[in-house]
Amino acid sequence: MRLPCPLCGERDRREFYYQGHATMLDRPARDAGIDAWDDYLHNRDNIAGEVEDLWHHEAGCGAWIKVTRNTVTHEVSGAKLVNGARK
Amino acid sequence: MGYSALKIFKEGLFGQKGWKPVWRNPEPKPEYDVIIIGGGGHGLSTAYYLAKAHGITNVAVLEKGYLGGGNVGRNTTIVRANYLLPGNSEFYSHSLKLWEGMEQDLNYNTMMSQRGIINLFHSDGQRDAFARRGNAMINQGDDAILLDRDGVKDMLPMIDYDNVRFPIYGGLYHPRGGTARHDAVAWGYARGADQRGVDLIQNCEVTGIDIEGGVVRGVQTSRGAIRAKKVAIVVAGRSGQVAAMAGMRLPIESHVLQAFVTEGVKPILDNVVSFGMGHFYISQSDKGGLVFGGDLDFYASYAARGNLPMAEHVTDAAMTLMPSIGKARVLRSWGGIMDMSSDGSPIIDKTQTDGLYLNCGWCYGGFKAVPGSGFSYAHLIAKDVHHEPASKFRLDRFRTGRGLMDEEGTGSQHNLH
Amino acid sequence: MRVAGKGLNAHGAPVTFTFDGTTFEGREGDTLAAALLANDVRLVGRSFKYHRPRGILTAGSEEPNALVTMGTDAAQDPNIRATTQEIYDGLAARSQNAWPSLNRDVMAVNDLLSPFLSAGFYYKTFMWPKSFWEKVYEPIIRRAAGLGALSGATNEDTYEKAFAHCDVLIIGAGPAGLMAALTAARSGADVILADEDSQMGGRLLAETYDVDGQAGADWAAGIVEDLRGMANVRLMTRTTVTGAYDQGTYGALELVNHHRTPNAAVPRECFWRIVAKRSILCAGALERPIAFPNNDRPGIMTAGAVRTYLNRWGVAPGKSVTVFANNDDAHRTAVDLVDAGVTVAGVIDSRADAPQFGDYPVFKSGLVIATKGRLCLESITVQHSGGTRDIRTDCLAMSGGWNPTVHLTCHMNGRPTWDDYILSFVPTDGSIPGMSVAGAASGVFSTHGCLESGIKIAREVVLELGLTAGDIDMPSADDSAYRIEPLWQVEGKGRKWLDFQNDVHVKDINLAAQENFRSVEHMKRYTTQGMATDQGKNSNVSALAVLADATGRGIPETGTTTFRPPYVPVSIGAMGAGAQGHGFAPERHMTSHHATLDRGAPMIEAGLWYRPSYFPKTGETTWLESCNREVNMVRNTVGICDVSTLGKIDIQGPDAAAFLDFVYCNTFLTLKENRVRYGLMLREDGYVMDDGTTARLGPNQYVMTTTTAAAGQVMKHLDWVSQALRPDLDVRFGSVTEQWAQFAVAGPKSRDLLNSILDQGIDGESWPFMACGDVQISGVAGRLFRISFSGEHAYEIAVPSRYGASLFRQLCAQAEAMGGGVYGMEALNVLRIEKGFITHSEIHGRVNAADIGFGRMVSQKKDCIGNTASQRPDVVGGEREQLVGLKPIDPKGKLTAGAHLFVDGADAVRVNDQGYVTSVCYSPTLGHDLALGFLLDGHNRHGETVQLVDHLRGVETVCEVCHPVFLDPDNTRAKETSNG
Repeated sequence: MRLPCPLCGERDRREFYYQGHATMLDRPARDAGIDAWDDYLHNRDNIAGEVEDLWHHEAGCGAWIKVTRNTVTHEVSGAKLVNGARK
Repeated sequence: MGYSALKIFKEGLFGQKGWKPVWRNPEPKPEYDVIIIGGGGHGLSTAYYLAKAHGITNVAVLEKGYLGGGNVGRNTTIVRANYLLPGNSEFYSHSLKLWEGMEQDLNYNTMMSQRGIINLFHSDGQRDAFARRGNAMINQGDDAILLDRDGVKDMLPMIDYDNVRFPIYGGLYHPRGGTARHDAVAWGYARGADQRGVDLIQNCEVTGIDIEGGVVRGVQTSRGAIRAKKVAIVVAGRSGQVAAMAGMRLPIESHVLQAFVTEGVKPILDNVVSFGMGHFYISQSDKGGLVFGGDLDFYASYAARGNLPMAEHVTDAAMTLMPSIGKARVLRSWGGIMDMSSDGSPIIDKTQTDGLYLNCGWCYGGFKAVPGSGFSYAHLIAKDVHHEPASKFRLDRFRTGRGLMDEEGTGSQHNLH
Repeated sequence: MRVAGKGLNAHGAPVTFTFDGTTFEGREGDTLAAALLANDVRLVGRSFKYHRPRGILTAGSEEPNALVTMGTDAAQDPNIRATTQEIYDGLAARSQNAWPSLNRDVMAVNDLLSPFLSAGFYYKTFMWPKSFWEKVYEPIIRRAAGLGALSGATNEDTYEKAFAHCDVLIIGAGPAGLMAALTAARSGADVILADEDSQMGGRLLAETYDVDGQAGADWAAGIVEDLRGMANVRLMTRTTVTGAYDQGTYGALELVNHHRTPNAAVPRECFWRIVAKRSILCAGALERPIAFPNNDRPGIMTAGAVRTYLNRWGVAPGKSVTVFANNDDAHRTAVDLVDAGVTVAGVIDSRADAPQFGDYPVFKSGLVIATKGRLCLESITVQHSGGTRDIRTDCLAMSGGWNPTVHLTCHMNGRPTWDDYILSFVPTDGSIPGMSVAGAASGVFSTHGCLESGIKIAREVVLELGLTAGDIDMPSADDSAYRIEPLWQVEGKGRKWLDFQNDVHVKDINLAAQENFRSVEHMKRYTTQGMATDQGKNSNVSALAVLADATGRGIPETGTTTFRPPYVPVSIGAMGAGAQGHGFAPERHMTSHHATLDRGAPMIEAGLWYRPSYFPKTGETTWLESCNREVNMVRNTVGICDVSTLGKIDIQGPDAAAFLDFVYCNTFLTLKENRVRYGLMLREDGYVMDDGTTARLGPNQYVMTTTTAAAGQVMKHLDWVSQALRPDLDVRFGSVTEQWAQFAVAGPKSRDLLNSILDQGIDGESWPFMACGDVQISGVAGRLFRISFSGEHAYEIAVPSRYGASLFRQLCAQAEAMGGGVYGMEALNVLRIEKGFITHSEIHGRVNAADIGFGRMVSQKKDCIGNTASQRPDVVGGEREQLVGLKPIDPKGKLTAGAHLFVDGADAVRVNDQGYVTSVCYSPTLGHDLALGFLLDGHNRHGETVQLVDHLRGVETVCEVCHPVFLDPDNTRAKETSNG
């Protein structure tokens, strides 16, 4: 498996750390309430198909990237820096 | 049809012509008391215990593929009750007891082999953590022995004690742990359920769950609508999709776990061994194949197949721990879809929909839970109260934080358990 | 026997080898199978279940029968395919799974019992009485497991792993692969051409076809020479592509030195990871046997294999050969044999309109309904349009048709498509992204078709890569049609074998269907069909056809099982190359490593690091003696300890303080310059991730320390917070763990010691507890932190790593001169337990700030990671296990880490479990054992007694619950300010 790091180019999967679905980018406000935080921390759409998920180019440039990837076929159709991905 | 020594002998003499189908191929009825979604190990054992322990036989198991085609048919067959935390301890302890009586109960040889499991540790800190675990096992009434380095050496001569990257300090030995013939477990439960009148319906995919006014009414399937008083979801890696049909979003992320088997070689390894620093575990099957696995591939996946980095990591671990198996050849690798919960422990609970039940979150350890999970789930479905040994597997523990069972201590990130 | 003048290696030098101790002569270039057949050795192995005598079935890596063991002791290598193993002088092979000998194998008694040992019989039996399965039956079954044996000795061979990258990977160097490679290479693509054989050419080496007017093998050699001369082509022989993975990654196994005398200087095998923009599968096709009664006797082979032995190695596998087939292709075997002067006793063709291509008898509508010969085929019974007759024959070449080698196309869950013309499965387009299929692998069977398809597919591929397709002339070659009629099984008395190695026959499949194991996956799992070392390459399609027949379905409706990687088995040694011994994980050494070893300290692992356990002195006989001395030394004089393994992260920027405030639960905005603060870091779920100190070195510069274990995790976390959650903060950071060597200088005389080495001395007023700043040591710029993990008046001094070794020696010498010395991890642990300082033994991932008594550190004036989740009402309070200290009531009482805690007098069972012990030491300062642990509502139970129970070590001790800080609760020692 290979992932396109926006800074480094395509690299082997073994350079990356995986965190999970990109919902982790949408951190609730401190006072958003227990349900919002429960949803954020634990619950996932867990889609069988195209998802956006979060990887860290740990053994590379250190960038956190949001990868568009299909969980059924493992096809990777793009990646953005989470930095740039936010607004 | 009962299996007996006499029957085997007679069939041998008469060309095996008398064996009957081990299960029927029924057409779905319009309505059942209970529909179980998922014909894997857990679904089949749930059906079996509904019928056997609760006399509920107007039951259908709906399986989108073939019976036992999910993780029960693609695992490393390990059975154990060596958990640390309350909640898990009593559940797996109960499950192991069911394993120990399974063959007689099912009249089916599932080849349960209590060859013992040894978890190796590699530092004082790991030893203390395993001691805590071992003491918890004994507190629960199960068995555990803390082996020192020499104790491990006596049992596992094939380990490279002098050169292994992380030295062997000792091991936590769980003699009652072992392996079983995975497919046979699914078939044994299927046969037992079928014999008691449960309809096992293959190639029947559930496409919707009918809910009216907060009460479940039945399911939509690729073979038409079926009504039911109760619907029980037990679909492992596909939990997210099926629960979504009932408007639920689960604390589950589906991941791929790979496993490997080598060509058959003459017996060299009697126990199940796990290498604490390498996420590597191995046993040898009765056919001679070395069966081994490691950690998740770590990315969400429904592909039921993995990639090379983890495969190589696992063989790397094999080579540092026991380089004497270097010339065994990996014959086949495969992957399963793991329903990783966010504390690494399972869920057996009711849902906000009346009559709809949920069983999921077994992560990469569902095989050993097959009897216990079915038993406890059947109890919940039949009586609407939790079976005591599974009473901590609540869905609301994530929200409140009360009663989390994070055995690995890695927190709410699903793939780290 | 050899046929004079035949074979590509007709002029090969003689090679001497042994099989089961008997010496034979072969020729250079022979496989072991070819050489054995040349010597008329037919019986080569025994099957798995029934120990039936077996010979050589194929001429390739798919061989199910002719598996041998080579080498002895650590070099012993089981399950080597005689059909691919090249011979060399001195090669010694042994048969497997037979005792006492291959000819007389006592386990063959299983074959007599076979009526009782049908498919799935295990599941129905061995259950009575209950205890007998594990005590009696399973041990017997287990003993029979496996084919070959491992030696049990530690591996002594070398293996390699490597990466390669290319534009186009071409898998298989037969006619299609060679043309594809030439086309792609001439178009300027970087090409890797991999073939599992020692010689490229594929079937052209085994056939008598001409290509472009030359012998096929000669033509192939010419193309290979052309390719070898091109800089953009890499030719990889003896290299089997084993798996197709995501984004164009392929696994491949190169047998680097199987074909030569073992040599420690040369790797035995190399496992390749090949990344290719595109790939072309040109892996050819595999011939399938026919299921007729007793079709497994030595001497019964695939028709294509017979041709291979004849044409490539000049070996006739029999004196009087018969052919049994349902297709035209197999007739070539008869033609070639006749041309070579070998007797062909008949071609039994199941088709009514069987053709005749040469001077040999043809039995139309012919079926082989029986065979005879125990250790080697002697005769067959043929039923044909003219009646029934026996034919004496010692070699039967059978062909049920050819199956395209679709395996790799299934590695990503692709399912092949049934093709009614060739009566087999062909790859489904798009099964592997970036992979195209050409030649016989795609179902094109004529040589002309293969050559043409190689060019065509390669042209498409290079165009897609944006290259201009080079011009290639299409060579002329045979273009006969492939004519075949279905023939899956032959009725008759006797077992009709499908999976030869696993001893699965037609009746087993029928029994599976009868018992409703009708799904192809159920059938496979119930019968073990296709699960042997060939993974069903020889038998799956036929077994599927039998199942389809038994269940009244067509083959496409019956479905297929999935082929999974690897295509050929890959040794653990190759896939795990480099990891044996200490290669498994990097080793990290502190700058003091060598000096530490010089002092005789036993090293222990701390993650990837090596750290000293203790520093033994002459006369000390136990670790505890040394440890006690080191603890006393720190408490009374001064001790030195290398703490460089702690993670160090340099954090800079105008928003650095705000950033720290967000990642730590306690406040950092108020930290002054030249001061250090303890920080507690939570995970977002509210539980403790890590702790450490952070020093403010300048207005916008901080250095954070992490625990050794969590250094990587914290770095990743900071990256996450900075990039994903707080990109608004202007902050930059980097790990400087490797850049700084850092040493603890701890004890009442620590300042005195420092003042003896610092260029400018320090005093208590300007350097109070938790101060930090720049210092100079012999002109070297360093940093000094007045922090303490021992509770003593202590410092940590840091210098650039290149000065670490030197500073360590200087510190140690100075300490020793002052009556102190160096201390290791054991003493460090005692010192911190005495002071109730936590490590990851306590913050093990399931505890929150409140549990460890730091609840009030979670500032409620700000947001931070973990703030909200840690405040949930259910995760704080008396229902939680909370950090406590434990002291034995009897000072001699023993405490153990991992023990559990119970109310005194309660049974030590789960329902009474109140907590557990995380850290234990003997305190030389206090004279008894101490422990840290977690106890239900522990913060409110100081002064109570509890029972500590460690079943595993047989320890039961009554303890007093106390505050976790056992020593100097007011921290007066660490805060010492006198200048004395």
